[in-house]
Amino acid sequence: MTEEIIIAGFGGQGVLSMGKILAYSGIMQDQEVSWMPSYGPEMRGGTANVTVILSDERISSPILTRYDTAIILNQQSMDKFEPMVKPGGTLIYDGNGITRHPERKDIKIYRIDAADEAARMGLAKIFNMIVLGGYLKVKPLVSLENVIQGLKKSLPARYHHLIPDNEKALHRGMEIIAEAN
Amino acid sequence: MDEKLYKEIVSEENLVYTKTSLLTDKVLSYCPGCGHGTAHRILMEVIDEMGLQKDTIGIAPVGCSVLAYEFMNVDMQQAAHGRAPALATGIKRTWPNKFVFTYQGDGDLAAIGTAETIHACNRGENFLIVFINNGIYGMTGGQMAPTTLPGMKTSTSPYGRDTLLMGFPLKMTELVAELPGTYFVTRQAVHTPANVRKTKKAIRMAVENQVSKKPGLSFIEIVSNCNSGWKMTPTQANQWMVDNMFPYYPLGDIKVDGNKL
Amino acid sequence: MGELKLMKGNEAIAEAAIRAGVDAYFGYPITPQSEVIEYFMAEKPHERTGMVVLQAESEVAAINMVYGAAASGKKAMTSSSSPGISLKMEGISYMAGAELPGVILNVVRGGPGLGTIQPSQADYFQATKGGGHGDYRLIVLAPSSVQEMADFVKLAFDLSFKYRNPVMILSDGVIGQMMEKVELSAPVPRRTEEELIRECPWATTGKPAGRERNIITSLNLDPAKQEQHNIHLQEKYRQIEASEVRFEKFHCDDAEYLIMAYGSSARISQKSVQIARAKGIKAGLLRPITLFPFPKDEVNKLAGQVKGILNVEMNAGQMVEDIRLAVAGKIPVEHHGRMGGMIPSPEEIVTALEKKLIGG
Repeated sequence: MTEEIIIAGFGGQGVLSMGKILAYSGIMQDQEVSWMPSYGPEMRGGTANVTVILSDERISSPILTRYDTAIILNQQSMDKFEPMVKPGGTLIYDGNGITRHPERKDIKIYRIDAADEAARMGLAKIFNMIVLGGYLKVKPLVSLENVIQGLKKSLPARYHHLIPDNEKALHRGMEIIAEAN
Repeated sequence: MDEKLYKEIVSEENLVYTKTSLLTDKVLSYCPGCGHGTAHRILMEVIDEMGLQKDTIGIAPVGCSVLAYEFMNVDMQQAAHGRAPALATGIKRTWPNKFVFTYQGDGDLAAIGTAETIHACNRGENFLIVFINNGIYGMTGGQMAPTTLPGMKTSTSPYGRDTLLMGFPLKMTELVAELPGTYFVTRQAVHTPANVRKTKKAIRMAVENQVSKKPGLSFIEIVSNCNSGWKMTPTQANQWMVDNMFPYYPLGDIKVDGNKL
Repeated sequence: MGELKLMKGNEAIAEAAIRAGVDAYFGYPITPQSEVIEYFMAEKPHERTGMVVLQAESEVAAINMVYGAAASGKKAMTSSSSPGISLKMEGISYMAGAELPGVILNVVRGGPGLGTIQPSQADYFQATKGGGHGDYRLIVLAPSSVQEMADFVKLAFDLSFKYRNPVMILSDGVIGQMMEKVELSAPVPRRTEEELIRECPWATTGKPAGRERNIITSLNLDPAKQEQHNIHLQEKYRQIEASEVRFEKFHCDDAEYLIMAYGSSARISQKSVQIARAKGIKAGLLRPITLFPFPKDEVNKLAGQVKGILNVEMNAGQMVEDIRLAVAGKIPVEHHGRMGGMIPSPEEIVTALEKKLIGG
């Protein structure tokens, strides 16, 4: 098994930390993992993306141009990464702020309106965990238990009281993700 | 001299002074009349008197004293031009119980190494900087230094230092005294026996400060001559130093025990 | 098995340094390697092992702090990225001249000048051919994973004390910024002062009554003596070339075409080999781990087996010169590179292989 994922959106949406939690979950599941961010002057509000790879084998390139799964959280990222999903691959997107919806017919497309849901739940900060929950529903490559372990590993101890909210968000994401094609 | 008279003078009971074993037998390469030899000697005497040879690590700079390690009988490192305070920082931070000193000239300390000097002082590094200021680049043949006096002729200011074009002499010692990281800052000279005694006392105080882990850096400027670079006899050079250097670089303590005077 | 963590390359090297018993780190922030000093500062290594960490006023000061500590026998290191490494070259040349151990990490970014903060390998020449003034060589290690960033700290210090020669870890923005699973080895204590004095009798640790004073200098005003010193240095470099070559091979046994790449380019090229093999092209990868000493014998040997070599680097073609020297005209050697912070994709490397060597 090798799963090559791009997560892309605005800085401040928790793109990098979602990738980090997913990568840590992979370690908990004895997988090889890599997490490669776009780094640079992108600040809050600019674009941010991270490539996460989970694999049973040693990982070769941490940088890719073709992905098994794209998790897309803004329009710029949709324009950039929709064409880079491998045929038969998966695209997951949040409809919030999307003006041009994905059009490809050769990939599976899922929509998860996590931003709206986070607002409804009054927990804007766990937006990214709702998205991650949706991803895990579609691609159950790591167990929820290991994701919680990954959360504990990647969050500093002073934030551990937030883990129940994160767990709630993961479950909610699993419930609300829906096929869009 | 009469052999008999010589033997009478050079005898054990008439012995009033010996060269410290912390100076090697290598003949000093400095010009006759230069202040470096005296400065070397009193620094080594203090280290000897305090029994610190086994705990001393010194840094030689680039400049006339680039070969200071040939004469000082202690463990020494030779630094790139201006970097002595950075080396000393690396040593003292990893060997906090050693006595660490740098020995630097004006070009080294006040031009190319200004950043290293200021920041070592500002961090309050616990070592000694001995700063020999003779207002000229001696080793490379008498070029203008950051401390060259206004109007002073050097090979790169052949018509005299024009302060409008070449800037003003840097008073590094007053400058570092302003920094909270310095603990003892003084300016001395070694051209008369009285001044030699005062300078040695200052060195002793600086070494004691460091050994007793007083917080901060000790900075001793020694205003010196460069008769070769100044193109004077040693006597003339000393007189010129008294008449011209001392008014601009007045002698005396500037900061003692962390307090500005 | 050691402790498993998900870390950036820049963090892993700092944690590994603390665990390896390194005495001091002196650094100055610059993207993309500031996480190194940030990690050190957050970890309070002084409380863990007594390790000294200091933010210097410049890269120049930082390398000279390393010089001072190293000349007194301490295990000292610094890190920077390309423009900062250029500033360190003065101190590195002095360390090579004075034969001092020490480790310098370069997380390379695109140049020349201020360039870009994105990954690059454009400092290969600077690292392997000297970089500073004078005839000298660094031992150059090129990690291609976060695990190797961690593992090479100890290796670098071992080599640098064995040969009394500075070692450069030549990384890049990809390896520094990416996170991977890393297995951290159990901490070892720093050397005691007694151990250090026994193992480094040359170090300036204070002259006891029983020995001559130790002098650390790179100065020899007598040219005949300086020539002898240079001859001694060259003999040392030849010995390093004979003993310390390290490389890794991937699918080379039946390869008809060879890709050569180091660091992050080697990771990308590994994927290219997989893609090429899926297309029926028998491609293999030779990854030099030591860039100096360069694995020239292995390259020459493989030149007798494969039909051509494609060099892949994030630069205009630097290692390709060493490959061509080793191949000595036996087979075609081509270069595919990206510059200025651009990263090649696995697919474009396969295309380059097809176009430049196989003929398409």
